[in-house]
Amino acid sequence: MRSLTVGVALASALLLQGCVTINIYFPAAAAEKAADKIIDEVWQLKKLGEPAAPSSNTPQSR
Amino acid sequence: MRIMSIALCGWLALLLLLAGNAWAQANLEVNTPAVAVLQASMQKRHAELASFYGNGAVGLTRDGFVALRDANAVPLAQRQQVNGLVAAENQDRSALYREIARANGKPEWENEIRATFAQRWVDKAQGGWYYQNNAGAWTRK
Repeated sequence: MRSLTVGVALASALLLQGCVTINIYFPAAAAEKAADKIIDEVWQLKKLGEPAAPSSNTPQSR
Repeated sequence: MRIMSIALCGWLALLLLLAGNAWAQANLEVNTPAVAVLQASMQKRHAELASFYGNGAVGLTRDGFVALRDANAVPLAQRQQVNGLVAAENQDRSALYREIARANGKPEWENEIRATFAQRWVDKAQGGWYYQNNAGAWTRK
């Protein structure tokens, strides 16, 4: 029981440390994800198979 | 013993709460009306800019903006249009980086956000487009 308590205390200390780290430092991975999302929209990447296609691809439209 | 396990449970609950909080902060907020407006404006402009990226007239700078790289690649009649596009694009990009930092309550992150974008624009650029390498030299992708 005692070792469990020590273990839990240690693990929680590590976790807390992680929280503090995330709070202070720039979240680089999250920023990349956000950038990718916006760039994909602006440059219309990864748009295959979405409703954007019909206007140009439907044969009867013109 | 019983008190101890109650304390343990309480402690674990607190940890879960903190972990959840950390998780929320591991994502950057980009779903704001201002970001949506900028994104739409840039998307619309890209239709015009794309051909100038393609022929090397306009390139991606290492600091997350675009620049007129080779004016000779642009017919005289179109030069003013390109200059206008580049200026407008940079205005939107600058506002975008600022707005993302602001939306996350961290205006001081603006430069790091810009640097992240700078890297990702280049990574996602099409082959043949020009970008500035770390030394500032124009490089063809």
